[in-house]
Order: sequence, then C-alpha cells, then structure tokens
Amino acid sequence: MPAVQETVDQVRRIDVDQYKYGFVTDIESDRAPKGLSEDIVRYISAKKNEPEWMLEWRLEAYRRWLTMTEPTWARVHYPKIDFDDLYYYSAPKSTKGPKSLDEVDPELLATYEKLGIPLREREILAGVEGASDRRVAVDAVFDSVSVVTTFKEELKKAGVIFCAISEAIREYPDLVRKYLGSVVPTSDNFYATLNSAVFSDGSFVYVPEGVRCPMELSTYFRINERNTGQFERTLIIAEKGAYVSYLEGCTAPMRDENQLHAAVVELVALDDAEIKYSTVQNWYPGDKDGKGGIYNFVTKRGDCRGARSKISWTQVETGSAITWKYPSCILRGDESQGEFYSIAVSNGYQQVDSGTKMIHLGKNTRSRIISKGIAAGRSDNTYRGLVSAHRKASGARNFTNCDSLLIGDQCGAHTVPYIESKNASAVFEHEATTSKIADDQLFYCLQRGLTSEEAVALIVNGFVKDVIQQLPMEFAVEAQKLISISLEGSVG
Amino acid sequence: MTAVRSVAAGMNGQIKMLSIKNLHASVGDREILRGVNLEVPTGQVHAIMGPNGSGKSTLSYVLAGRDGYDITDGSIVFGGEEIVETPAEERAAKGIFLAFQYPLEIPGVATMTFLKAAMNAQRKARGEAELTTPDFMRRVKVAAEKLNVTQEMLRRPLNVGFSGGEKKRNEILQMALLEPKLAILDETDSGLDIDALKTVSDGVNALRAPNRSMLVITHYQRLLDHIVPDVVHVMAAGRIVRSGGPELALELEANGYADYVGAAAA
Repeated sequence: MPAVQETVDQVRRIDVDQYKYGFVTDIESDRAPKGLSEDIVRYISAKKNEPEWMLEWRLEAYRRWLTMTEPTWARVHYPKIDFDDLYYYSAPKSTKGPKSLDEVDPELLATYEKLGIPLREREILAGVEGASDRRVAVDAVFDSVSVVTTFKEELKKAGVIFCAISEAIREYPDLVRKYLGSVVPTSDNFYATLNSAVFSDGSFVYVPEGVRCPMELSTYFRINERNTGQFERTLIIAEKGAYVSYLEGCTAPMRDENQLHAAVVELVALDDAEIKYSTVQNWYPGDKDGKGGIYNFVTKRGDCRGARSKISWTQVETGSAITWKYPSCILRGDESQGEFYSIAVSNGYQQVDSGTKMIHLGKNTRSRIISKGIAAGRSDNTYRGLVSAHRKASGARNFTNCDSLLIGDQCGAHTVPYIESKNASAVFEHEATTSKIADDQLFYCLQRGLTSEEAVALIVNGFVKDVIQQLPMEFAVEAQKLISISLEGSVG
Repeated sequence: MTAVRSVAAGMNGQIKMLSIKNLHASVGDREILRGVNLEVPTGQVHAIMGPNGSGKSTLSYVLAGRDGYDITDGSIVFGGEEIVETPAEERAAKGIFLAFQYPLEIPGVATMTFLKAAMNAQRKARGEAELTTPDFMRRVKVAAEKLNVTQEMLRRPLNVGFSGGEKKRNEILQMALLEPKLAILDETDSGLDIDALKTVSDGVNALRAPNRSMLVITHYQRLLDHIVPDVVHVMAAGRIVRSGGPELALELEANGYADYVGAAAA
C-alpha cells in the first residue's frame, strides 16, 4: 500500500521532462579514434593492459564479426547503423581504472550521487547502521571503464571476488579463460561477437564453493559520452552450492542521436548453485517525438551447468529507444531450474522485442516464465520466447504466462512463442492474455475520487505485482516508481 | 453563503441537493437525454424507472461526469454549484457517488488497497488529512460487518472472481465508507437473488440520512419494495415524463411501460 502511494506521489512530482537521469557530466575523456578496425581492437586491449591471449580472443571475434550481418527478425525498425561512425572506447581522463574512492574524480562521484547510487562505503554504512543485510556492493561503470567497486575487501573475506572484468582478466586469468565465452561463444550472434571484439569493461563475480554471498551485488552502468557505444561484459560464476544475487541498473543522458549499447552477460551455475540476476533498465528512451535514445541490443544467457542449479532472471525494462534482449537459461544439469520474470514498459515511440529462451537439456528440468508487457503511447511491445526440450530432457516442465496491457489505442502488443519439444514426456504450458486499461475501468476509479494518474498507477501496479515481488526488496519500490514515471502522461 | 442558498433553494423553499434543468446530452450525433428536468431535495430518496434505452444509465453517467457525452444544453446544480464542467474525480470528492450496475475488476489490486486509495484521494481533494491505518481499518471493519463482507473478500483483488451479490455488496460498502451527499444507484438489483437483494437494500436503507439524497435507478419495481422512495419518476425517450409517489411504481409494475414508450415517441 505505501508503495502505491509513493508511486502516486512520485508521478505527481514529475514535470514535463520525465527522464530525470538525462543530465550530462562535463568531464574530459580519453577516446579511441572513431570507427572499428583491428587497430582499434588492439588499442582497447592495450589500454586495458591485457595479456596476449585476450587480444587474440578479441581479434578472432573481430574477424568473425566482419563476416556476419545484422539480425533482422526482431519486430523493431531503425535506420541502418554505421559502425564506422561510432567511438568504441571512452574513459574519463582522470581515471585509469578502478582504484580507491579518494582518487576518484569528484565529478564522477557527484554524478553517481545525483543518480542516487551510493559509492562511499562510509556513508552507506552510516545510512543503514545495524542493518548489515541491506548493504549493497556497487561496481560503477562509466562509459567504457569501471570507476570504483565498493565493499571489495569485505567480500574478499568471504572469498567472493567482485571487481571490474578488466581487472579480473589481469588478476584472475585462469578463471576468466575458463569461463569467458563458455556460455555466449564469440560466434554467437552479430552483437555478441561485436561485443567480444571491443568490450571494455563490466563486472566479474566469482562465488566459491558453498559460499552464500553476504550482500547484494550491483553494477550501475552510465553512458555519458556522445556517439559512443557501450559494450560491457559481465561474467558471474557460482561454484557448487554457492548463492549470489546481483542487480544491474542503467541510465544515460538525453541526446538527440541514438547511442548503441551491446552488452553480453554470462552466468554459470554449478551443482546446487543459485544465481539471481535482476535488471532495472532505464536507458534514455528518446524524446516524445521518438528522437534519440539508446539502442539496447543485449545478449544475456545463463548456464545451469550443474545438477539442481538454478538461475533466475528478473527484469524491469522501462528505458531505451529499442530493446532487443532475451535473457535465457540453458538447463543442462539434471533437475536444474530456470526462471524469467519480466516487466517491459514502452511509451512514446519505444520499441521492445524481448523475452527469453529456456533450453531444457537435462532430465527433470523446470522453467517458469512470467512476462508482463505494458504498451502506451505509440510504442510497440513484443514478447518473443522459446521453450525447447532436447531428446534427453525427459520430465521437462515449463509454465509460461504472458500478459500484455495496452494503454491508449495507438500502441501494439505482440506475443510470439516458439515451443519445440523432442521428448514426449515434456509438459509445456503457455497462457497469454492481452487487456486494455479500459475507459470504464478508468472511469470507475475516477468516480471513486482517484485522479487519472493515480488510477493508472494503481491498475499498472496491480498488473505487475507478480513480477515486482521477485525483485530484491530494496529495488521493488524503486522499480514501481520507475514504471509509473515511464507511463506519465500516457492517459489523456 | 446567501448567493449559494438562493440557487440551492427551490420554489417551495426546500434545499435542493440536486437540480437538473433542461439537460440535453448526446453520444456522437445521437441525442440520448432530451431535456431532463429533475429536482431532488436534501434527505429524499427518488427513484427513476423506465424502459430499456430510455436514458436512465446515461443520466447516471452524465451526473457522475463520465467522458464521452456531449452536454449540448441545460444545467446540473449540485449542492448549489453548477457541475457540468467539473471533472469526475472532483464530483466524487464533492460527494457524488455512483453504485455501478456492472462494477469493474482491477486484477492485482486488493479491495482493501482500493478502498484506502479512494478514501484518501477524496480526503486529499477536500484538503483533509489522510486516514491513519488504524482509523481506516476500524471504519472498514464496522462497515464490512454490516454488509456481510468478509476479511477474505477484502484481501481479494477488487471484484475479480466476485459473485454478482459480492460485487453489489462491495459497491454499497464503498458508499458507506465514502459517505456521499448524493448516491446514485444504477440497477443495483440486477443480478441479485432475493437474499442478496435484502442485504444490499438493508445496507442502503441504513445509509438514508437527513443530509443525504439518493437517486435509485431501476427497471423493476421489486427493489422499491425494499428501498421505499419518496418520489418516483418515469423516464422515457430521454425525458422525465411523469412523477408521483411510491404508488406510481406499482402502477408501472401492473401496466408496463408501453404507454410511455408510445407517448414519448409521438
């Protein structure tokens, strides 16, 4: 109940300009020359002081990428991207890589403060004194580099490694070599291959056997620089019996031109391990006429490699001009479980083509998909999902529920399920509904005294409740607010 | 205050809760209300009866301020104030309540949550403090018990999977909690069996008060056996064509609406 009220208050406070993270940080940056070539790949690798094997890995991906073409099957439309007109590397000049907070440019700290992301451990501790379970360790990635990672020392005591991936490549090469590209191979798809060639930073998490990560881990991605692609790479490994909950958040300034974001996330869960991965995606969606905004072309995949392992994706997608992402689970281990909970909100001219893939390979594997799409304005919102059972996946179970809510009459909601079963004992269920915030539903609320903003917030909160409940507590309220802000002005 | 009084007071000096004059309303180019004149004094219960398509439900929607109707002529004065231009949510805060013929469902929103949101929205609009949770819970408990509304029902999503009787009881519960000055009951008897009709009618009768008026819209006379009106109006083809005492309802029950349908068309 209080969350609903807060949502309503929040919505009311918003003025004309709905995207509150649209500011630009004025900071000098160090950029690679425009365009993409082997030299640029070498430049990035050199900037990161990478070992030779890493450079080779990148170059192989780059050569592969040259032979590939962009996918066109998604229900999204945009002008052809000129990949030679982009910058592939940009770093704040004052920061060469993650270091202690005292050395971080105050301008950057101020930026994260403005975004509401606490980076000073001292302050975080002061803020939530005594509530040790509510602390969140943060890795802050600004354009192409990780600026700082908090609580590193404390995590290290528990044996958990949480650092920038560029640091992991140097410090933990054996782990990185073993797992990088093992879930999303360099040849996977156009954008994942591009990412493999030019990725600059991202987070690395390693939770050793039997360890339950003592706090939430989170990464905040910020694109600042103009005409710059952001290619982050995240790798999370949970050893046998380990548990980790990880959250990523993303924002970007308001710019007239479109910006490309092509990330790759790989998760590996070994026997009895569990990874919970939550995303609150709020990249700049473009203005009310559809100008500008982020192209969010992302490959996220989790491998339930061990028996009884579990991977759960929860996403709240409100930003980006175009979203193209399908966080997936490969259910390789026997009795492993995959989950996908999604809220995708589109307004204005946003285009969303998102969903998941649940690939059942092991015996008695289970998966669950709950997708809530909300389309308003002139947006298009597509759920695209694959559920498949391999020949040997006896006893595979899936339950899918896709609900779409339409606000207004100029938006579209589409559901495209693919179901492939090669094992007769597999049981797959699919439910889908499409509804509209009907005029009479709205009138009913108005007649009881609610304003139209309050009414929409209430109806939408009810619609997304099942998914919001899956988010870590700290972010559930935040996500609820975000959804309402995204829908601001959607009812005339 | 005197200016308000002069508008609110009718010819006979009684205070009018509601005064409708020559009200014309259309949807698209179809005129549905064709000059409605109606006065409801404070504290009285008036019934509007009429055949299907006579404009009864349209009148209730227009009074509540629903979008989609063009008010082409006439006035609606509520509590001494012209409200034709007032948005629906403001009318609600001023004290107009409509019990819907078909209450709407809101999946995922607990009935309790909805009640609190509505009560506080109206209080806020009137510049009153929001209810504290204990105060709210106490009010709900008292009102719910009278209407046989269980705690379990209050936890369920609003009207989702409710039976016809549960939905109507829920409407009266909202009316009891929102304490309107004017309650419009649109076909509240539809879809109710005799026991449910009694519960709902008892609930409505308990809310009769000297400072509250009601407009009971119904097709059948049977509701008026339970909620006995002060005045009965007959509506046909978008106008009030006859008014009288409670006995008029019995006459309609016996003779049907045929006379009025013919007369109004002529």
